[in-house]
Amino acid sequence: MNAIASLVVFASCLLATGAQAASPLKLWHAYRGAEEQALEKSTKLFERETGRAVELLALPYDAFAAKLIAAIPHGVGPDVFIFAHERVRQFARMGIVDPVDGAIDRRAYFPNTVDALVVDGKMYGYPLSLKCIALYVNSRLVSRIPETTDEWRAMLARMSSPKENRFGLAYESGDFYFHAPFLFGFKGALFDESGRAIFDTPEMAVSLAFVKRLQDERLIPEEASGALVKTLFNDGRAAMVISGPWFSGEIAKSVPFAVFPLPRVSETGLPMRPFLGVEAALVSARSTDREAARKLAKFLSTGEASVVRAVSAGHVPADRAAYDHRAVREDKLVAAFRRAAENALPMPNTLEMARVWEPMKLALQGALKGGVPPSGAGALADRRYRALYRPKPERASGVPYVVLAGLAAALGLYRARREVLSPELFSKRYPDAARAARYVAPAAAGIFVLVFIPFVYGAGLSFFHHDSGLYTFVGLGNFVDILASRGYRINEPLSFYFTLAVTMLWTAANVVLHVVIGLSLALILRDPLLKLKGFYRVVLIVPWAVPNYITALIWKGMFHRQFGAVNGLLQALHLEPISWFTQFSTAFAANLVTNTWLGFPFMMVVCLGALQSIPAELYEAAEVDGATSWQKFRNITLPLLRPTLLPAVILGSVWTFNMFNIIYLVSGGEPGGATDILVSESYRWAFQRNEQYGFAAAYSVLIFLVLLTWSSFTKRLTRGAQDASS
Amino acid sequence: MSGRGWIKTAAVHMLLALTCAATLYPVLWVVKMAVSPLESLSLSANPFPQHPTWRNFAAIVGAVDSSGRWLFGRNLLASLAVSTGTTVVGLFLAVTAAYALSRFKFPGKQAGLQALLISQMFPATLMLIPIYAILQRLHLLNSLGGLVLVYSTTSLPFCVWMLKGYFDTIPRDLEEAAVMDGATHWQAFVLVVLPLSRPALAVTALFSFMNAWNEFILAATLLNDATIFTLPVALQRLVGEYKVEWGMFAAGALVVSAPVMALFFALQKHLVGGLTAGGVKG
Repeated sequence: MNAIASLVVFASCLLATGAQAASPLKLWHAYRGAEEQALEKSTKLFERETGRAVELLALPYDAFAAKLIAAIPHGVGPDVFIFAHERVRQFARMGIVDPVDGAIDRRAYFPNTVDALVVDGKMYGYPLSLKCIALYVNSRLVSRIPETTDEWRAMLARMSSPKENRFGLAYESGDFYFHAPFLFGFKGALFDESGRAIFDTPEMAVSLAFVKRLQDERLIPEEASGALVKTLFNDGRAAMVISGPWFSGEIAKSVPFAVFPLPRVSETGLPMRPFLGVEAALVSARSTDREAARKLAKFLSTGEASVVRAVSAGHVPADRAAYDHRAVREDKLVAAFRRAAENALPMPNTLEMARVWEPMKLALQGALKGGVPPSGAGALADRRYRALYRPKPERASGVPYVVLAGLAAALGLYRARREVLSPELFSKRYPDAARAARYVAPAAAGIFVLVFIPFVYGAGLSFFHHDSGLYTFVGLGNFVDILASRGYRINEPLSFYFTLAVTMLWTAANVVLHVVIGLSLALILRDPLLKLKGFYRVVLIVPWAVPNYITALIWKGMFHRQFGAVNGLLQALHLEPISWFTQFSTAFAANLVTNTWLGFPFMMVVCLGALQSIPAELYEAAEVDGATSWQKFRNITLPLLRPTLLPAVILGSVWTFNMFNIIYLVSGGEPGGATDILVSESYRWAFQRNEQYGFAAAYSVLIFLVLLTWSSFTKRLTRGAQDASS
Repeated sequence: MSGRGWIKTAAVHMLLALTCAATLYPVLWVVKMAVSPLESLSLSANPFPQHPTWRNFAAIVGAVDSSGRWLFGRNLLASLAVSTGTTVVGLFLAVTAAYALSRFKFPGKQAGLQALLISQMFPATLMLIPIYAILQRLHLLNSLGGLVLVYSTTSLPFCVWMLKGYFDTIPRDLEEAAVMDGATHWQAFVLVVLPLSRPALAVTALFSFMNAWNEFILAATLLNDATIFTLPVALQRLVGEYKVEWGMFAAGALVVSAPVMALFFALQKHLVGGLTAGGVKG
């Protein structure tokens, strides 16, 4: 215990950074490129003016919200952070943002940006800029701006050439943020009168059919990511792009461009209406220096900071006074986006809005890639919505659980007491106990604090329902919901049983492939006369040495529909390129290939070691008896390999069962969560679906129980193997 | 050599060469992305670069923040500190515990061994939230020290199992003889057993180091200061959901992987002996 305590002290002295007095203000953001530079410039101005240092932290956008939610309540968060308004209501409910009333002049900003930040009458944060998407055109390729969608489509058809990989338009068609203008242009609504999200509407079907047709006629690329859109536009292989102000910083200097509002939908006569987002500087509720934090947030939203943002990053400032500056007033990009924003629909900052994304992603993917007819995609989204945001389990009384836990603890104590009670017997049975305790103590203390306690805490969470920082005790409610598959059919991707089956298939397939490939290679490499043996062995363990998240991302790139190496190989062999992540079988295969590449070297090395320990005399004796190679393998190699191989297989199966990185990074659960395994599903419940921590914990406990069952089964197997070999 | 033997040898080499090609292909692909000037977006199976450039590497290695601090240098230092710290602390904890589990009888030993195995089955997502809260109590959030403690305890079960298995294969007579000659138990352990376990120690150290060097989910969650980010966390920023800078990422991936690959290959001759004589053989 002493050792661990001194280690902690030592380590923290050596390594902890610690917060010093008069610390700089912390400002977190998710900006990149030109936006980041503009922000750096503004904070430099602030530092010069106030003498107070500002420390910037840039975070990846997808991890930003989770990080804020974790850090701020624990007092390690920023003083000020920059976020779009759509999660302000949630942040306010969780108590991580501070209202700014009294320190802000609402009239200084555009009214719609103020409204976006108001929750229950209080205003949270200083509005920085308005954001919406618009149409970027390459002025060299496009001479006329389309007014209506009919005209637009005719233009796109002329500018596209599937053979040369050229497209009239490129945008991230799988993302609802980019699909919204189509939906609203076709007169669709996203919420009914009561404010609940609706998906299964005729307008939704029409808007999906419109985009599907663009894709079928190859006027837009499939599976476009932001990176792909950027490259296509910069290479002149996409004449138009739908994107927001941030995109202007990504365009190569050599590409002349202009920005226009999106066209009108010919069928309805309505303009395509994108979402309007308001980016704001929010003040953390746990800032230790609220005055200074507010000052910084206000500084960023007004005056020179607005001008910098507008001129160098193309932001549309929310601050009215910014337009008094000529540089802002005459900036073409700012003017263009301001015009586009006139048609934009302010995104509600409600929880209901936050719930729309995942079901809509499913609908878009189903319609664009998965072979679901556009008219059926809405229903798909609606079912997913109902499954994800199922009603909260009823509050339960804690009494029976406490009584049960107490009884179990008493029983355990009673049993332990019998052992320890007679000291004579104890010291006789365990003469080394005191010495052993000294050796084990440091490790045991570490494991107790950082493995055991978190486990108990996590398991405890599974009895609670979590909503915006509030925990309610629901007893076994979460488990009942999961096991009864409430809200979805048993054979649907979101059901526990479906995911369990996928996980088992995944584990079995991987372990078999790892062992077969590893063992075959080991058998070949065992040959003492083989030349270049050392070389082969070194090359074959390369995958083991590469960090597995890097492996996963590399393979994801290699499986890309349009530009991946795997489809390149297929094409070289005159085969049709495959859209790997649109079907369960191919997406699963992609995951499997990645993990096989990653995992076979471990088994190969284990097998090599085990083969070395088999005495050569056995084979010689068998040869004298005239045994064939197969007989030798069957009767000598395999039985003697078993005691070493079996534990490796068991360990490997446990690791594969919980192999989060590969699933999450390669297929990402595509299509529609079908290739998710239990562990990635649990992660999604915890961090991507409104922080349903309790439900996620229940999933994790179930994973643990499944593996526990598996291990007690394998224990019998190993015991059998040891008996056989001894 | 007979004709049939020759054909067989050729077939074996063919097979091995094919497997090696499949193994190296993705690596070559990364190298190509890393040294290609623009993102290589043509549908091509050719893994060899056409116009190599060092620009991506320069951008990764030369990364500085707004106040001119050399971020890459600091991140590299943080990664080295965490990985070395994890190796030292983890090895110390694992060696002592494994030795006790291998040599002494004490109550709870079987249960402890089982518990170690079982702890491998906790999904990491279950642990993330509580670990955060615990480190806050210990005032170790946003510190490399906290990261070292978490890494060394989470990789402990595997290390202990491996070392215990190896210690089991070392005859007790040696220590007993040393104790007869007047050494204390601790001396016998440090001077007799440990030197004999060098392969297993090397492999355990390698695993601890690799674990810490490669981990990014915990590091990204627990660290809040760009100057003490470990390299994988810095790398993570290049592959956001909305923007992936493949060229930079590939260059970064090579830079991050290079040291651990070098270490791996330096120690790989121990792998075979260290692994199989040890932990995996329960």
